[in-house]
Amino acid sequence: MMKLNYRLYRKTKNFAFLVLTLGSAIAVLIPLFMIIQFVLVQGASSLTLDFFTELPKPVGELGGGMKHAIVGTICLVILGAAIAVPIGVTCGIYLSEFRKSKLSKNLKLTVDLMSGIPSIVIGIFAYLMVVVPLKSFSALAGGIALSIIMLPIIIKTSEEILKLVPDHIREAGLALGLPRWKVILFVVLKGEISNLLTGIILAISRAAGETAPLLFTAFGNMYMSYGLNQPMASLPVQIYTYAISPYKEWQKQAWAGAFVLMVLILSMNLFARYILTKIKDKKGIS
Amino acid sequence: MIKLKSKTQDALLFYILRTIAVVVIALLLGIIFVLLHSAWPSIKANGLSFLLRKEWNPVEDNYGALPFIFGTLITSFIALLIATPVSILIALFITEYLPKSFSRIISLLVEMVAAIPSIVFGLWGIFYLAPFVKNTLAPFLKLHFGFIPLFQGPSFGIGILTASLILSIMIVPTISSICRSIFELVPAHQKEASYALGSTKYEMIKLAIISPSLSGISSAVVLGLGRALGETMAVTMLIGNTPLISTSVFAPAATMASVMANEYADANTPLHVSSLCYLALILFLVTFLANLFAKSIVKSFSRG
Repeated sequence: MMKLNYRLYRKTKNFAFLVLTLGSAIAVLIPLFMIIQFVLVQGASSLTLDFFTELPKPVGELGGGMKHAIVGTICLVILGAAIAVPIGVTCGIYLSEFRKSKLSKNLKLTVDLMSGIPSIVIGIFAYLMVVVPLKSFSALAGGIALSIIMLPIIIKTSEEILKLVPDHIREAGLALGLPRWKVILFVVLKGEISNLLTGIILAISRAAGETAPLLFTAFGNMYMSYGLNQPMASLPVQIYTYAISPYKEWQKQAWAGAFVLMVLILSMNLFARYILTKIKDKKGIS
Repeated sequence: MIKLKSKTQDALLFYILRTIAVVVIALLLGIIFVLLHSAWPSIKANGLSFLLRKEWNPVEDNYGALPFIFGTLITSFIALLIATPVSILIALFITEYLPKSFSRIISLLVEMVAAIPSIVFGLWGIFYLAPFVKNTLAPFLKLHFGFIPLFQGPSFGIGILTASLILSIMIVPTISSICRSIFELVPAHQKEASYALGSTKYEMIKLAIISPSLSGISSAVVLGLGRALGETMAVTMLIGNTPLISTSVFAPAATMASVMANEYADANTPLHVSSLCYLALILFLVTFLANLFAKSIVKSFSRG
C-alpha cells in the first residue's frame, strides 16, 4: 500500500512538472503574441499611405507621416553597415583562418564583451567622440554608434560561416599553387558571399531597432535631411518622441511607426535565421 | 607594376588582417578610456562616495548615484527572479518534451522575442502593461499581500514593478537559449542511465540534466543580468524616472541607463555631464564584469 502511494506521488510530481514547463512556455508566448497583435491592430489601423509619403504635421492637424524617419533610418543603417561590414568581415576572416593565435583569442573575448556593452553607453561614446569635436548632432555620429553595435554581430556570424568551409577546399586552392591570400579571397570568401550577407542582414535588423545610441548622436528632426553633418531622424527615435507625448494623434503615429519597424525587423531577422539554419543543415552541423 | 613574391603578398594580407583585429581590440579599450577621461572631473570631485550619496540635484550641481544604482539593481533583480525559472523550464520543455520539428518552431518564437526592438516593448508597456499593472495586478497584490511593505503604497501604473516585468520578458530569450544549448550537451547515455535506474522523466531531468548543468545555468543567468542592467529604452519609458529609493515596488524610480537617456542631451554644467559619464562608466564596468564572469564559466564548462 505504502509502495503504491509513493509511486503515485512520483507520478504526480512528474506530471506536475510537465504542466509547469508547458505553462512557462505559454507564459513566454503570450506576451509575444500580445505585442504582435497589439502592434498589428493599433499600427495597421493608424497606418495610411500618408505615413510613407508625408512629413510630420504640427499637433492638432490630422494626417502627416514619417517619410523623413524612414529615409533617415535607411541612411543611418547603410552608413553604419558601410563602416562595420568591411571591418567585421575582415575580423571574421582572421578568426577563421588563424584559430589558434593569441590575438585570435583576445579578439574573440573583445567581441563577446563588446556585444554586452549597453547600447546607451555606446551612444555616449559616439557623442564624446564625434558630436563634441564637431559641435553638432550629426548623422555621422549616429552611423558610427550603429556600426559599433553591428560589429560584434558581423564578426561572430562571419567567423561561424567561414569556419564551416571545409579545409580540403583551402588545401585544393593551395595545391594549385595559389598564394594563401588568393585562396582566402577568391576561394573561401567568394563561395560564401551570399551566406555572409545573411550575417549582415542579421546585424542590420538589430541596428535598425536601436533607439538609445541615436538619442544624442543622430538626435532626430522633423524634416528631410541628407547631410552627414546634420541631425537625422530615425524611426525608433521618432516613435519614442511620439510615444511619450500627450497627444492622441502623435501616439497613433507612434503605433504606425512601430508597425512598420516591426515588419521590417522581424522579416529581415526571420529571413536571415532561416538561411543560417539551412546552411548549418546542409553542412551537416545541427 | 611591381610583382611581389607570393610570400610577400601573403605577409601583406596577414599584416592587414592583424592590424584590423588590433583596431577592434583597441576600440574596446578606447571606449573605456574615453569614458574614464570624461568622467574624471566628477571622479575627482565626488570620489567613491558618489556611489553612496542619495542626492541627485542638477540645479544645485550636487550628484550622488545611489538612487540609480538602487533602481538598476532592484529592477534587474526582480526581472531575474521572474525570468530565471521560466527560462530554464522553457529550455527543458523545448529540449526534452517536444518532438524535434515542434521544438524548432517554439525556440524560433522565443528567439523572436529577442528580435523585437526595445522601443516596441516600451510602447506596448505604456499602453498595455502599465494600465494592466495599475488596474489589475497592483490591486490584486495589495489585497492578498498588502501586509508586506513591498506591496504598499499607491500604484500609478508606471514604476519599478512594470519596468521589472517588461525586463523579465526581454531577458527570457537570452537565458533560455543558453540553457538550451547547455542541456543539448548532456550525453544521451547519462539520461539513459537515469531511466535505467527507474526514474520518472522529472527525476531524470533533475539528476541527469539540471545538476550537471548548474554552473552553465548560472552563467546564462549572469548574461541575462548583463542584458537587464544595460537595457535602456523600455525601462526609461516605464519606470517613472524619479531618483527615489522606496520600499514599494509600485513606486517610480530611475535606473543608471534611464537617467542617461533622459538627462544627457540637455545636461548644462560640466559636472553634470561628467557625472553622467561616471554613471556610464560604472554601468559599463558592471556589465563588463558580468559578461567576463559568464564567459569564464562557459569556458570551464566546455572544457570539463
